[in-house]
Amino acid sequence: MSEFFSGFWDVYVAVLTVVSIVACAIFLKSQSIQRVSGAAETTGHKWDEDLAEYNNPLPRWWSWLFYITILFSLAYLVLYPGLGSWKGTLGWSQVGQLEEEQELAQKQYGPVYKKFASTEVDALLKLPEALAIGQKLFLNNCAQCHASDGAGSRGFPNLTAGAFQWGRDATTVKATIAEGRTGMMPPFGEALGAEGVKNVAQYVRSLSGLTADSIRVELGKEIFAKTCVACHGAEGKGNAALGAPNLTDKNWLHGSAEAVVIETIAKGRNSQMPAHKHVLDEARIHLLTAYVLSLSK
Amino acid sequence: MNAADAPLPQEVSLYEVQRKIYPRAVHGWFAAWRWILVWATQIVFYGGPWLQWNGRQAVLFDIAERKFFLFGLVFWPQDVIYLAVLLIVSALSLFLFTTVAGRLWCGYACPQTVYTEIFLWIERAIEGDRNARMRLDRERTGLRKLGLKSAKHAVWLAVALWTGITFVGYFTPIRDLLSTAPGAWESFWALFYGFATYGNAGWMREQVCKYMCPYARFQSAMFDKDTLIITYDAKRGEPRGKGPDRGDCVDCGICVQVCPTGIDIRNGLQYECIGCAACIDGCDRVMEKVGRPKKLIRYSKGRVLRPRVLVYATILGAISAAMAISLYLRVPLKVDVIRDRAAIAREVEGGLIENVYRLQIMNTAEQARAFDINVSGLPGILVWGESITGLPAASSRMVPVRVRAEAAFPPGSHPIQFTVRALGVAGVEVREEAAFIVR
Repeated sequence: MSEFFSGFWDVYVAVLTVVSIVACAIFLKSQSIQRVSGAAETTGHKWDEDLAEYNNPLPRWWSWLFYITILFSLAYLVLYPGLGSWKGTLGWSQVGQLEEEQELAQKQYGPVYKKFASTEVDALLKLPEALAIGQKLFLNNCAQCHASDGAGSRGFPNLTAGAFQWGRDATTVKATIAEGRTGMMPPFGEALGAEGVKNVAQYVRSLSGLTADSIRVELGKEIFAKTCVACHGAEGKGNAALGAPNLTDKNWLHGSAEAVVIETIAKGRNSQMPAHKHVLDEARIHLLTAYVLSLSK
Repeated sequence: MNAADAPLPQEVSLYEVQRKIYPRAVHGWFAAWRWILVWATQIVFYGGPWLQWNGRQAVLFDIAERKFFLFGLVFWPQDVIYLAVLLIVSALSLFLFTTVAGRLWCGYACPQTVYTEIFLWIERAIEGDRNARMRLDRERTGLRKLGLKSAKHAVWLAVALWTGITFVGYFTPIRDLLSTAPGAWESFWALFYGFATYGNAGWMREQVCKYMCPYARFQSAMFDKDTLIITYDAKRGEPRGKGPDRGDCVDCGICVQVCPTGIDIRNGLQYECIGCAACIDGCDRVMEKVGRPKKLIRYSKGRVLRPRVLVYATILGAISAAMAISLYLRVPLKVDVIRDRAAIAREVEGGLIENVYRLQIMNTAEQARAFDINVSGLPGILVWGESITGLPAASSRMVPVRVRAEAAFPPGSHPIQFTVRALGVAGVEVREEAAFIVR
């Protein structure tokens, strides 16, 4: 690897470039005049024994164009980086240009976001233009998982139903977007045994009014009161501080079918909402918060 | 050849110093046609940006907004196919005209010819005709020469600058351009286009046709023996000169003097010939004066109706007709359907399956409109929630749409159709294919 850090390749490239340019100039000069034998009207080339080519000379300004390209390349190599490690007198770089353009964009769009950044989320909910920007941000950053309408799909929370696992106030939603969340339901398959899991599943389904076997519900209720209550609460209403979902509403993140509920209890669930603070700035997250809340008003 | 006969080797330059050409003024049937085309094309070019339509510039290519306005039509980037078809139509027209009558375009309507004609007219008005100009150039630099030359360049530059401003006026509304301080890019392009006009029509002239223009070169490939070209009747003309034993050509040299590319048509068809027919006009006048029949130099006679011409004409006609019909049937509404990719299908209450789509609805009309979104293709399939969306004039919006259908359909992909219809406007309706997934 050391050769990449030494100056050898820089010099190599620079010499090669300069030699090529000088060679082009010499070539141009030498090729603009030709020594021919015979009458001067032909180029002296002969094909098929007697087929000669007339000399139809190019205009002189055409050869100037060639020399201009040589001058251009020399000027370019002085002004811009191109000769080995030479930085160019203009100090231009790709990164510099990117930063300049980002600065320009910030100057252009910054005020738009700034205007909304100082407005409370509740007030933003009444501003259609803020929500329109929020929707664009949502479609670009969130819709991949939560779907274009925000209703999610299996494993990805529905944001339109008003059931927010971690809480529905602006500060919490903002924190969810910025920091991300890790939802963890521990597996209880071994602790409860197959029958126990089935009973709890029946009870949990009954909490949101789904059909269930009444005997199993009673058995499940007992286990629930001992095992699940710590996170989901005595009435199964969940605990937003832990991200434990409310089991009594009709929202099922992973599905409500008995087999699915059994799987959830037995094997547990791990869900991940990625953090967005490295992707989106404060002002954009602020607008997104308002848009997400507007979905379930 | 043996060694004794061989001329001595010599050095030749492969580049040639440009020889200035002083085309002589010419009047006649073909010159009149050229002037008609100069007027026609330039009235359209200089006048175009000043036309108004519905409170905006009638012809405007708004690059920043990515909308091209052409009277009642508004083209969006999605309409680029029309540009492609327009280029095909132009190319085929060039093929057709070239096959029938050679370099018609070059001789009469090409901007290079048209602006050279205008600039030559100015030159003639200030410096005089061919002989006066040649004398002026030989003259020692003095007050008269400087005065005439600077007057000519001043007028040239004025015309060129106005041409540049007009050109930019097709991209930035010309009234705004003149009433407010122009932006940096507008100024650059106006000056650039102006400079190109001044340089090409004032200085480069025939050099453009001889050395730069690609069309000039490949048009020769479309010639055949029936193509109309400008020819000198050598049988009638030769031997040239004055006297009873000579042909009709009096060797006055007018045909060479009027030629804008400086060739002698009597040497036959040459690649420099742009087919402007100035030599025909020039020669006809001389023939009239010396009392001999005209048309010593003339367009050759050829069969016009021949397979190649018919094929070009048929294709050109078909494509032009297709473009006209397509433009006539065009609806000022565009719709793209994009399925949500991650969330494929979800179960919702009532035993229904829901799919989510994004509809990119583009209202390309210049009025605000409301659109109704409908879906069909499966029994009972429907758009869930609000199906009517309003859009301001010439705008686009991404609308998330939920579609629900019975879960009882077999798992897999089912073809469905979205129909977006403008409310209260008959015929503005677009149908797009999509897929509904049941799992």
